[in-house]
Amino acid sequence: MTNYEKYLNVFEETFSITAEEAEHLEYQAIPAWDSVGHMGLIAAIEDCFDIMMDTDDIIDLSSFEKGKEILGKNYGIEF
Amino acid sequence: MWDISSFGSNTALLDEFGRSVTYAQLASEEERIAGHIGKRCLVFVLCQNTIGAVAGYASLIDNGIVPLLLNAHLERGSLDSLIEQYHPSFLWVPEEMAGTFPAAESVYGSYGYKLLKTGYSDRYELNPQLCLLLTTSGSTGSPKFVRQSYKNVESNARSIVEYLRLDETERPITTLPMNYTYGLSIINSHLFVGATLLLTEKGLMQKEFWSFFREQKATSFGGVPYTYEMLDRLRFYRMDLPSLRYMTQAGGKLTPELHKKFAEDARKKGRDFVVMYGQCEATARMGYLPAERSVEKCGSMGIAIPGGKFRLIDDEGQEISEPYTPGELVYEGPNVTLGYAENVDDLQKGDERKGVLQTGDIAQFDESGYYYIVGRKKRFLKIYGNRVNLDEIDRLLKGKFGQIDCASSGIDDHMYIFITDPSLASGVKDYVVGKTGLNPAAFEIVVIDEIPKNDAGKTLYKELARYFQRS
Repeated sequence: MTNYEKYLNVFEETFSITAEEAEHLEYQAIPAWDSVGHMGLIAAIEDCFDIMMDTDDIIDLSSFEKGKEILGKNYGIEF
Repeated sequence: MWDISSFGSNTALLDEFGRSVTYAQLASEEERIAGHIGKRCLVFVLCQNTIGAVAGYASLIDNGIVPLLLNAHLERGSLDSLIEQYHPSFLWVPEEMAGTFPAAESVYGSYGYKLLKTGYSDRYELNPQLCLLLTTSGSTGSPKFVRQSYKNVESNARSIVEYLRLDETERPITTLPMNYTYGLSIINSHLFVGATLLLTEKGLMQKEFWSFFREQKATSFGGVPYTYEMLDRLRFYRMDLPSLRYMTQAGGKLTPELHKKFAEDARKKGRDFVVMYGQCEATARMGYLPAERSVEKCGSMGIAIPGGKFRLIDDEGQEISEPYTPGELVYEGPNVTLGYAENVDDLQKGDERKGVLQTGDIAQFDESGYYYIVGRKKRFLKIYGNRVNLDEIDRLLKGKFGQIDCASSGIDDHMYIFITDPSLASGVKDYVVGKTGLNPAAFEIVVIDEIPKNDAGKTLYKELARYFQRS
């Protein structure tokens, strides 16, 4: 599985949504992505890529796109 | 209630967009809003942590008008049914929602809120002591509300001011919904001392929240157990927040591990971490663990607040005098609320509790009189700080799905709903999520062959515990 597929998968699983819904998702756009859901999402991303995210990155991850950018820039995960 | 105008040029409300309202401005806004209502009546307030919501609420309370507080995000079906049952004379709602009440007439607006006149004839009678109405949990759209009196609200707020030693230099930032008793108690107590409320709809997991926190130098916030789990994950201990003076925790029992972590970190940084205990039925607060004992008495919810008293009773109703003997926690104090309202006729009822509340929590005390919650008498869970009644969930499911065989149980923050028909699993989950407005992560649907019952047909909930008990 590519990193992109893995990343997409985390969103699909965490929020029980389809790939199409995941790809343009933003924080609070669906009820499941609230602060509680965010914590679950971060835990799943950290598990999936075996990383520990910084506080600033956790609170900056406000959309599917933004997450990719953060993972690429600060954690060396290539998409 | 509050002596708003006496704090003149102090800032009362400040939001994340830089808008602010002084106490003097709030006092005149209070008069304008109340002027358009013109009488003591019932008003539904759809709450957000915004200036409009707080200004409207303060105006109603200060002018003897009775607000019923609901979350602005309450599921629409539940809201409509509550309006139908209670016939409020007015609604105070966010501007963007005003258009969704075509039958109501907009008579005034300020700070992003609109006052809508419903046209219902107010045939209900309001007991003179009745100050406001709050849901017990803020969820499921149940028509059951807690009736709080003027004396309840004032005595509880003053008690909080005393034990937290609040003054006008405080700047609490909102982290809890305003229609939730704990969130409201922060607003109520700080308006008494002329402090500044920092209002935001943003949450802990958003960058904007922390920018607002730092720019406006927040001095305190409150959180339910889940809030502290999130802060733990955010590695809160490493965050640079020089303006923060203290944090409070209520709305359920924090794990002793997290209690210790936050208490020790606070001590190291010269801040206070105050674990508290309360219920909507006691206005908000009943107990608190003084910050200086927070590390030493880890896991305890403390002692009764100023003006209140705790005792424990055994199954026969006898008072327990031996330490470490569990019994039901009973609280006495001026903040014990009048009782419940389950329909509009109940609004005329007086004081049914006479200052005594059986909390439904099982507690014990240590040799120095500090209380520890060890269990619960009733079937409910606290989910993200919200009380969710398990029997009510079962009833709702049976009402919605007809012949369904189901039983709900679980531990705090994790509800397990047992069903026998696998084809209903996703429908059940969606329904409960929609009804409670809580994150789906809190609910697990478990399909089993049979719901265990005794010969009389009563569900044996204890036998379900093996599916979720941590070993």
